[in-house]
Amino acid sequence: MTDNRVWDNRAWFFVLPVMVFVLFSSLLPMMTVVNYSVQDTMGQNNFFWNGAGWFANLLDSSTEAGQRFQGALLRNLIFSFVILAIEVPLGIAVSLCIPKRGWQVGAVLVVIALPLLIPYNVVGVIWQLFTRTDVGLLGASLNALHIPFDTRQDATSAWFTIVIMDVWHWSSMVALLCYAGLKAIPDAYYQAARIDGASRWAVFANIEFPKLRKVLVIGMLLRFMGSFMIYTEPFVVTGGGPGESTSFLSIDLVKTALGQVDLGNGAAMSLVYNLITLTVCWIFFTYTTHADQRKDA
Amino acid sequence: MAQITLDGVGHAYGGGKPATDAGYALKPLHHVWEAGKAYALLGPSGCGKTTLLNIISGLVIPSEGRLLFDDRDVTRLPTEQRNIAQVFQFPVIYDTMTVAENLAFPLKNRGMPKDRIAARVNEIATMLDLNHDLNRRARGLTADAKQKISLGRGLVRSDVSAVLFDEPLTVIDPALKWELRSKLKAVHRALDLLMIYVTHDQVEALTFADKVVVMNDGRAVQIGTPAELFEKPEHTFVGYFIGSPGMNLLQGKIQGTRVILDGQEIALGAAYPGLAAGSPVKLGIRPDYARLSTSAGLPVQVRRIDDLGRKRLAHVSLGGQPLVATVPHGMSLEGTQACVQFDPARTHIYVDDHRVEGQSLSEGRAA
Amino acid sequence: MQSSAANRVGMALYILFLMVPIYWLINLSFKTNPDILASLSFWPQHPTLENYQKIFIDPDWHASFLNSISYVLINTVISVAVALPAAYAFSRYRFVGDKPLFFWLLSNLMAPPAVYAMPFFNLYSAVGLFDSIWAVALAHCLFNVPLAVWILEGFISGVPREIDETAMIDGYSFPRFFIKIFLPLIANGIGVAAFFCFMFSWVEQLLATTLTTVDAKPIAGMMSRAYSAAGLDWGLLSAAGVLTMIPGAIVIWFVRNHIAKGFALGRV
Repeated sequence: MTDNRVWDNRAWFFVLPVMVFVLFSSLLPMMTVVNYSVQDTMGQNNFFWNGAGWFANLLDSSTEAGQRFQGALLRNLIFSFVILAIEVPLGIAVSLCIPKRGWQVGAVLVVIALPLLIPYNVVGVIWQLFTRTDVGLLGASLNALHIPFDTRQDATSAWFTIVIMDVWHWSSMVALLCYAGLKAIPDAYYQAARIDGASRWAVFANIEFPKLRKVLVIGMLLRFMGSFMIYTEPFVVTGGGPGESTSFLSIDLVKTALGQVDLGNGAAMSLVYNLITLTVCWIFFTYTTHADQRKDA
Repeated sequence: MAQITLDGVGHAYGGGKPATDAGYALKPLHHVWEAGKAYALLGPSGCGKTTLLNIISGLVIPSEGRLLFDDRDVTRLPTEQRNIAQVFQFPVIYDTMTVAENLAFPLKNRGMPKDRIAARVNEIATMLDLNHDLNRRARGLTADAKQKISLGRGLVRSDVSAVLFDEPLTVIDPALKWELRSKLKAVHRALDLLMIYVTHDQVEALTFADKVVVMNDGRAVQIGTPAELFEKPEHTFVGYFIGSPGMNLLQGKIQGTRVILDGQEIALGAAYPGLAAGSPVKLGIRPDYARLSTSAGLPVQVRRIDDLGRKRLAHVSLGGQPLVATVPHGMSLEGTQACVQFDPARTHIYVDDHRVEGQSLSEGRAA
Repeated sequence: MQSSAANRVGMALYILFLMVPIYWLINLSFKTNPDILASLSFWPQHPTLENYQKIFIDPDWHASFLNSISYVLINTVISVAVALPAAYAFSRYRFVGDKPLFFWLLSNLMAPPAVYAMPFFNLYSAVGLFDSIWAVALAHCLFNVPLAVWILEGFISGVPREIDETAMIDGYSFPRFFIKIFLPLIANGIGVAAFFCFMFSWVEQLLATTLTTVDAKPIAGMMSRAYSAAGLDWGLLSAAGVLTMIPGAIVIWFVRNHIAKGFALGRV
C-alpha cells in the first residue's frame, strides 16, 4: 500500500458487503465457540459456566486433554517446519528450472500446477494408493527392497509419506510464486550481470533472490498456514495414526469437537489454535506493511 | 584499448539471410571504430542502433558478418569474454549492495586485488560525485543516483575494449543531464577509452561524440563529425534529422548551376555536369542559410513567425513548398509578402535522397 | 538466460516426481479389483472401463459432481463480487479502522477450517441451509472473500489513481466509471481472483463434507462410499479420483498463458 490514499470515511460503504459476509461466516460462529469454551454441559442442552476451566485443562500437560493438545501442537509445528525447510528451497530451485521461452513454458506450467487443483481428499487417495504395501507402487517397491515401510503400522513411514505428499502437493505453489517474481526482473539486469562478469551464483544472490524476497514471504506464510491447518490429506492416508503419531491440530480438533462432541474442550482448542494463527498472521502483516514503508521512504 | 571492426555485420531477427533489405533489423555494415574515440549512434527509435550496440557487446549474435576486436574475431564470443562495459537505459543496480560494492562488483568478479579495487572505486566515485553515498545501500537512492551508479559500473574497469552507453541519460533530470554529459566527456578524455553512445537526442550526440553515426531504418546513413553532419548531410534523412528545425528540401529541376523551382531560378554554389538538364532533384538548404528580406530574392508567402528569443524563424511558402528561413535581426515584417535569399555555397543537391557532389564553381572557372 | 542442460534435467525429475503417483492412480483406474490385488503391474493387464461405467451410470455420482461444481461457481461469483468494492476502498481510501479491518480479513484467510467446522454446523442448521450447496458456497466465503479482497487490492493499486480522477473530471458517475472504465482495467485481476477462489473452493473438503449429508453431497462425500464394510473398492476410488482431476486440469489449461502474471497476485 503506497500512501497517496485520501481520507474518506464513506469508503465504509464499499466495505459493507464484505463486513456482512465476514460477520456471518466468521464472527458469529466464533461467538458460539467462545460461548462453548466457557461452559460445561451435563447433556440435554443443559449448560453451566465453567470459566477458564477448559483453557486451564489445555495448558496443563498433566490432564489428558492438555497432553493431547500439546502433543498435536508440537507435531504440527515440527511438520510445518519440515515442509517449509523442503518446499521453499525446492520451490526456488524448480522456478529457476522453468524454461524461459517456447511452447515448453506453457506445458511445464500446466503440468506443475496440476497438483494444486486436485481436491484434498483425492490427494490423500492418490498417496494412499501409491504408498500402500499391497496395491501401492512405492510401498510395495520399498518392501521388495527389504526396507521396512508401512504407513498404517509404522510412525516413521507415516511421517515420511505425509511429508512427501505435502511436498508433492504444494512445492509447485512456491515454485509458481517464485516464477512470477523472476518474470518481473527486466532482461537488462541479466545482461548487466553478464557484462559485469557475475557468476551464476552471484546472479542468483544479487539479482534473483532479492527480487524473490517479497513473494517468498507470501509463499512461506501460505505454506505455514496451509500445513498448520492441514486436515483432509493426512486424514485420508493415515487417519492420524498409527496411534497419535500423525494426529495434527485439525485432525485432533475435529475428532474432539465433531467425533466425541466434547464441545468445551473442542471450543477451547479452537480458540487457542486460532490465536496462534492470528499471531503468525499479525507478524506477517506488520512485516509487510513495514517493508512497504521502507521501500516508499 | 582496442579498435573494433565491423566487417559486413548485419542482423535479421529470426536468423538467416532475409529475402529483401526490409528483413534486416540492421543492414550489413562496414565500419572501424577507432581506439580512444567517442562515437555516438544517433537515430529515431527502431532504427537498429540498439541492435548494433548489442551486437558489439555480444548480447545479440549477428546473423551475418564478422566482428573484430583488433585482429581477434569475437563474433561468437560470449559477452563476458569480450571485455566490454555497457550502461543501459534504465538503472541496473544490485539492491543488496552498497554503492561502493556496486561499483566494485565488476572488478571483484575479475579477481582484482582489494586495495586496487578500493582505489579505483574511489577514483570513479569522485568523478561522478558519489563519494558521500559510498556506504549507503543502493536501493534507497533516487533514479538519478542509481543511474550514476550504473555509469560508474560501466566506467570502473580501465582495461575494457570499449564502453557502450544505451541512452543512459533517459531517466536523468534535464538539469543534471548537461552536467553528466560533460562529466562523461571529461571521463572520456581522462580515461582515453573507446566509447559508443546510443541516443535519439541530437544535442546529446553532437556534444558528446567525436564522430556520429546517423542511423535510419537499419542502415547507417552517414558517419561523420558533428560539423560534417551539419554542413554536408550525405542523405536527406541526416539533413532532416540533424538540426532543429531540420534542413529544407525543395523539389525542383536542375539546370546547370541553377535549380528551377516554380519558374524561378535559385543559384547554386557548384556545377553538376553529371546531372542531365531538367532532371528532378531536391535542393537542400539549412534554415540558417536561408534569410528573409523585404525586397531582394525570391518572393514568398509568410505563414508564421516563431520567436525563439535568440533568433526568429519564418515558416513561409515558396511556390507552394514549405520552407523555414531565418529572420534577420531588426527586420520588421508587414503583411504576408516577403522575399528569401539563399547562400549559394550552402546549397546541396540530392538525387534519390543521396547528396550529389558538385564541382566547385571557383575551381571550375580556374580549370 | 538460456536454460541449461542441468535445468532441463532438474525439471524433468520434478515432473517425474509429480506424475508417477498420478500415473499410478490412472493405471489402477483401468484395472479390476482382483487384478489390482493380484499383482503390481505398470499398466493394466486386462484394461477395463468397468470402474468408469459404474460412475457414469449412477445418478448419485452425477449429482455429486454437479453439487461440487455448483457451490464452487456460486462461491467464486459471490467472493469476487463482494470483494471488488472493498478492494477498491482499501486501495484508494483511508478510513476509520482500515488497517485493523484489513488485518482481520487477512486473518480469516488463514483461519483453520477445522475450527469453523463445528460452529458452521450449528449455524447453518439453525438457518435451515444445512445440506444445501448454499451452505458450502457461503462457508467457503470465510477464506475466499478475504483472498479475493487481498488479490484485487494488489491489482487495483497497480492502476494509477489519476485514471479515477480523469474519469470524474470527464463527468462519469461513480457506478458508470467503475463498470465501464475500471472493471476492464482490472480484468486480469478479476480473472486471477476468480481462479484462486475456484481453486480453493474446489479443493477444500472438510467444510464441504461436514455441511452436507445427502442432498448436497460433494464428490468427496461420494468417494467415501468406496470405503465400505466389504473392503475398499480400489478401482472405483481410482476412477473417481481421475475424474475429479479433470475440471482442475481444464481450468489450468485455459489459464496457462496467464499463470506467471496470476501468481504474481498483482504484487510483484
